[in-house]
Amino acid sequence: MSLLSVEDLGLTIHGTPILDGVSFDLPVGQVLGLVGESGSGKSMTSLALMGLLPRGAQVSGQAHMDGRDLLALDERSLCGIRGKEIGMIFQEPMTALNPVRTIGDQVAETLVIHGAASRAGARAMARDRLDRVGLSDFPMDRFPHELSGGQRQRVCIAMAVALRPRLLIADEPTTALDVTTQAQILDLLKGLVEEEDMALLLITHDLAVVAGVADHVAVMQAGRIVEDGPTEQLFRTRRHDYTRQLFAASSHQPRRDTRPSAQPLLQVEGAVRSYTLPRRHLFGPAPQLHAVRDVSFTLHEGESLGLVGESGCGKSTLTRAILGLEPLQAGRITLNGQRVEAGRMPPALRAQVQVVFQDPYGSFNPRHRVERLVAEPFHLAPAPNRRDRVAQALVDVGLKPADMDKYIHEFSGGQRQRIAIARALIIRPKLIVLDEAVSALDVRVRAQILDLLADLQGRMGLSYLFISHDLSVVRAVTDRVMVMKAGEIVENGATGAIFDNPRHEYTRQLIAATPRIPPNWREREENEGTLV
Amino acid sequence: MKIPLTLLAGALLAGLAVLAALVSFIWTPHDAAGMNIAARLLPPGGDHLLGTDHFGRDVLSMLMVGARTSIAVAIVAVGMGVALGVPLGLVAAAGRGGFADEIIMRGNDLIFAFPALVIAILITAVFGPSAVNAILAIGIFNTPVFARVTRGAALSLWTLDYIRAAEVAGKGRARISLEHILPNIANILIVQGTIQFSLGILAEAGLSYVGLGAQPPTPSWGRMLAEAQTMISLAPHLALIPGMAIVMTVLGLNLVGDGLRDLLDPRMRRAR
Repeated sequence: MSLLSVEDLGLTIHGTPILDGVSFDLPVGQVLGLVGESGSGKSMTSLALMGLLPRGAQVSGQAHMDGRDLLALDERSLCGIRGKEIGMIFQEPMTALNPVRTIGDQVAETLVIHGAASRAGARAMARDRLDRVGLSDFPMDRFPHELSGGQRQRVCIAMAVALRPRLLIADEPTTALDVTTQAQILDLLKGLVEEEDMALLLITHDLAVVAGVADHVAVMQAGRIVEDGPTEQLFRTRRHDYTRQLFAASSHQPRRDTRPSAQPLLQVEGAVRSYTLPRRHLFGPAPQLHAVRDVSFTLHEGESLGLVGESGCGKSTLTRAILGLEPLQAGRITLNGQRVEAGRMPPALRAQVQVVFQDPYGSFNPRHRVERLVAEPFHLAPAPNRRDRVAQALVDVGLKPADMDKYIHEFSGGQRQRIAIARALIIRPKLIVLDEAVSALDVRVRAQILDLLADLQGRMGLSYLFISHDLSVVRAVTDRVMVMKAGEIVENGATGAIFDNPRHEYTRQLIAATPRIPPNWREREENEGTLV
Repeated sequence: MKIPLTLLAGALLAGLAVLAALVSFIWTPHDAAGMNIAARLLPPGGDHLLGTDHFGRDVLSMLMVGARTSIAVAIVAVGMGVALGVPLGLVAAAGRGGFADEIIMRGNDLIFAFPALVIAILITAVFGPSAVNAILAIGIFNTPVFARVTRGAALSLWTLDYIRAAEVAGKGRARISLEHILPNIANILIVQGTIQFSLGILAEAGLSYVGLGAQPPTPSWGRMLAEAQTMISLAPHLALIPGMAIVMTVLGLNLVGDGLRDLLDPRMRRAR
């Protein structure tokens, strides 16, 4: 029996069409995965169902739940439904909770608002819900900042399911989380759906996540559902072109024809970085946080070296030390035989390493034109014909020379990442640090950027230090990989060997937790050769 | 881009005061300092559009020249606050958590700990009442306001990736502060500037009212109020007119500040 039945849902915002003819059914006890790239309208679909659309929105169509049309209800009736019959979980657990209220109060609040329980009764029920989402060890009087990202997401889930809603909408619930946490949260959601007779609408960009969790999948592109069906069947047949493109891009393997030389470029020997934390007691010793402990490795010329680890493992601190932005307490880092030291790097040395960051939106000063943005590293190595060099760099990354007179807000996320690469390339460094450089991009754009990086490496003999939490990407583009945990490198070796034969317990956990499309669902693709 | 209504209304009100001040340099209906005992305490209308005071001086002319004093004091005082406060705030943010930051911010706290008007009275009491000392006193109290606003806004920028990219390009903290931080916090500073400007006008009026601002015969809105209060039952227009001038100008500047914030804040722009 269908719990929710959406028919011909359409949406325009200030006259701009956003959704067109979106229809799907969601039976009780099932998970529907809504997959698409950013801007495809998948979040807007969920907001339309909840009646939470921005001003200027015009909806058409019907969404039946229990004989009522959600789209036709007024705000008052919707308030009675939100939280009670439809629960919602958002992407960012860091901002979805009120930082000045305890987790117990926040879960209990939902119950009190809907008059489901008295204050005291609500607290008992909140306790029960927190136990259900796996937080039984946590007292109710904890504040959100005392919890990790995964634990906060559990609190958000407890809030969403506090009143045992029939429908749960989860919008990218695990995108901001580490892989091992992601696996646990997905298990929790799946368990809730089965045990409590709920239906889950899971919105995500990640095909592998859907493969493991959803019963049905709907693929969205530009405001339409282009293909839908039972998960396995859809994954095996892939009738629509766009679905095929998504699949090809998500498992894209850039063509790399570089042979790393035996010449060491970057050497890190026994690097230690610790921070002094505030004293706990007046006369006690100040505690130390060891962000990087005794890390050693070598990166050769022309090599791509991966560095994987979960948030807080020290990879960002290590990156800053390699860029010469952070001093070390012990050990040394040498680049091309010269010592890298924060605050004491000659420009010629600094010019040999550049960086590309994750966030294509925060990486540029919004008040400068592209020419000035890309030319910034010339501060290290002044050049006479800057405009020509900028034009050349833009061409190298697949943009047009005329783009240099534009401002950064005129570009899409993928184009911005190309500009970031152009900025890194402009003074011809030997090493480029890619700090989660493709993590924020859609799969098809990500595939293009990975191709571009491989192509540039081949043409310019660059070395990459590729930092990522995404194991599948690291596997596709690196020669060797290091696994970092709690400030230490626990495993280090050739990429293929480590992924096929992990020796360290932690590496095994990471690989096991990474969502995967079952290999036999892919068979057709291999039989047909490359599709794109 | 749509210009907010508050900005237009505010600009109109504040613009009136600025216009009056500018015109007063070349023309006033009468000599602002010229006394005429025969024509004293005239009500508004006739030859003297806004009446005359107890010395027979033309109120409109005094108001126009007084606007000059108020605006000049406020501009110089805000300028002093910006010139001292913004660099201090940038230095504090660049060395966040360090020695310089600590010194600058604790110095700020020290100035904040005293009521502004009391210190202004102290300064003018020690160095003698004059417009210059009023400027100095108001300027000193503007400095920590700008230092704090600058530091707060700059701190959030220092965590962004484009600042990291500039560091990797070998740029020093001073250079990054000037090239990347300052242009991106300029809108916040402009808004704060207009609000401080209106507070400056109020402070100048307050100091003149207690006799510590501009000295006679220089007309000033604050002193016009002070002189009018003994005759409030006899000639209420003498108190009402400069009072209204102060209220309108301050209100106008605050509206301008509000409107500019709406106009310059990219988040507000998206919302519209």
